[in-house]
Amino acid sequence: MISVQNVTHRYGSRTALAGVTFRVSKGEIFGLLGPNGGGKSTLFRILSTMMLPSEGRTVIDGLDVDRDAAEVRRRIGVVFQSQSLDKQLTVAENLRSQGSLHGMSGSRLAARMEQVMERLRIADRRNDLVDSLSGGLRRRTEIAKGLLHSPRVLLMDEASTGLDPRARHELWTFVEELRTREGVTILLTTHLLDEAGRCDRLALLHEGHIVTEGSPAEMRARIGGDVVVLESADTATLGGNIEARFGVRPKVVDGTVRVEIPNGHRFIADLFEAFPGTIDSVSLHKPTLEDLFIRETGAVCT
Amino acid sequence: MSFWLPVIALWKRELVRFWRQKSRILGVVASPLVFWLLIGSGFGDMGLFFPGSLVLTVMFSAIFSTITIIEDRREGFLLSMLVSPASRTSLVLGKVFGSATLAWIQGMIFLAFAPLAGVKAGAAGLLGAAASIFLIAFTLAGLGFLIAWKMNSTQGFHAVMNLALLPMWMVSGAIFPVAKAQVWVKWVMLANPLTYSLALLRGQLTPEAAAGSPPTQVSIGLTVLFGVVLLVASAKLANRKSTASAA
Repeated sequence: MISVQNVTHRYGSRTALAGVTFRVSKGEIFGLLGPNGGGKSTLFRILSTMMLPSEGRTVIDGLDVDRDAAEVRRRIGVVFQSQSLDKQLTVAENLRSQGSLHGMSGSRLAARMEQVMERLRIADRRNDLVDSLSGGLRRRTEIAKGLLHSPRVLLMDEASTGLDPRARHELWTFVEELRTREGVTILLTTHLLDEAGRCDRLALLHEGHIVTEGSPAEMRARIGGDVVVLESADTATLGGNIEARFGVRPKVVDGTVRVEIPNGHRFIADLFEAFPGTIDSVSLHKPTLEDLFIRETGAVCT
Repeated sequence: MSFWLPVIALWKRELVRFWRQKSRILGVVASPLVFWLLIGSGFGDMGLFFPGSLVLTVMFSAIFSTITIIEDRREGFLLSMLVSPASRTSLVLGKVFGSATLAWIQGMIFLAFAPLAGVKAGAAGLLGAAASIFLIAFTLAGLGFLIAWKMNSTQGFHAVMNLALLPMWMVSGAIFPVAKAQVWVKWVMLANPLTYSLALLRGQLTPEAAAGSPPTQVSIGLTVLFGVVLLVASAKLANRKSTASAA
């Protein structure tokens, strides 16, 4: 449904995307995960037809985004991270003008507006100015706007930004329903790992490259065994000592030393024998997406 | 895909937004009114400066309405226009027609002061003036769009207003007539779209003071020509594909 082929983009001398390639199948929920500045927003702009990449090709529903931009725009619904509503218009007025931009009018538009407002539970606020709505209601109105013309592909940029946990949960229930009932393909960008975990497939975008790609389970499985996290007054020294003694490659991140290793419980016992008194705390867990994120980007996901 | 549906929707949006911010009307009509009262009283001839002040009202209004495209871009509304299948040309038309309509309404409010200026135009003259005001508003809205499209702040626009638009108005014949100007200023005046806007309004409202300014047919022709050229240029600009982000 979506095919990104060798897309490179530069802003002046800075390379934001370096040869990104991936595919999204029909009816899939695909997540672009990555730290801020990793290239997610750039890729989103290209997919939503807002700009052309420096190099490479993007195809959505069989149509080239460069050559058939107008046709692509009919097929995609876009939910922006920043708001795109007119605050001085009401909810219904915003939807109506969006409908007009998509060539909808009359009873067809009215019926579809009812439908999306019902689904996003904003029907009772239809005559309120957007300016007077809470953040959560605005987001729902944004999504209603993106879905109004029944797109086959929904692109969402950090859609759950500013939503409280309950609203976020509702959004996800809705997204999953949309995929199951209507077969809509959904591509979303996120920096939230719990959100990434709900996607069918993920690509981790870091410094303009896709560093790893697969289902959340596949990605977790890529880290063999266990993850051991240590705290110490001098993490750099501890990391170096562990590497020298055990031949593993610990990562020093955010004041901790992290080691990926099979049979973590035995390793912990060996560690305490080898370096008594230098370890303040220790924890062991099965690999999570966060571990993968830290391994691939060297950053802690916030 | 209907071409006119988005045009009408965006035109309506401009009117609704304007209606909800009534302070804008006062701001745009008040300053030319003050100009007119001061300059007119100073020269002791209220009628002479009335058409020029009317042009100024329409210019302020048309330009300030089109620069809302900068806010549309900053606040994100433009995003949804740009990723919709509506043709960019229809977006330009919607914005320009919307702004022109607002400028026309404000011009008409200013026109209501005509009796105070001692303007003795009959019904035909007033009707002609109403039509001329729309034409002028449309041309200036086109100019405003062309300037505003690439700007990302309204501050920059104020510089353009002070360095280009106000001088344009000053050499339109509003303050001194074309006939009395030095040769080089005369050429500038003849190349200035506002000269013809002013001549058009003088011809309708104060024909007795129109001597020496370009004839009405020429003014209509050139104002329409300027309007069309600016609109086509705006549409071309908005239709350009780019590797820089659209918003």
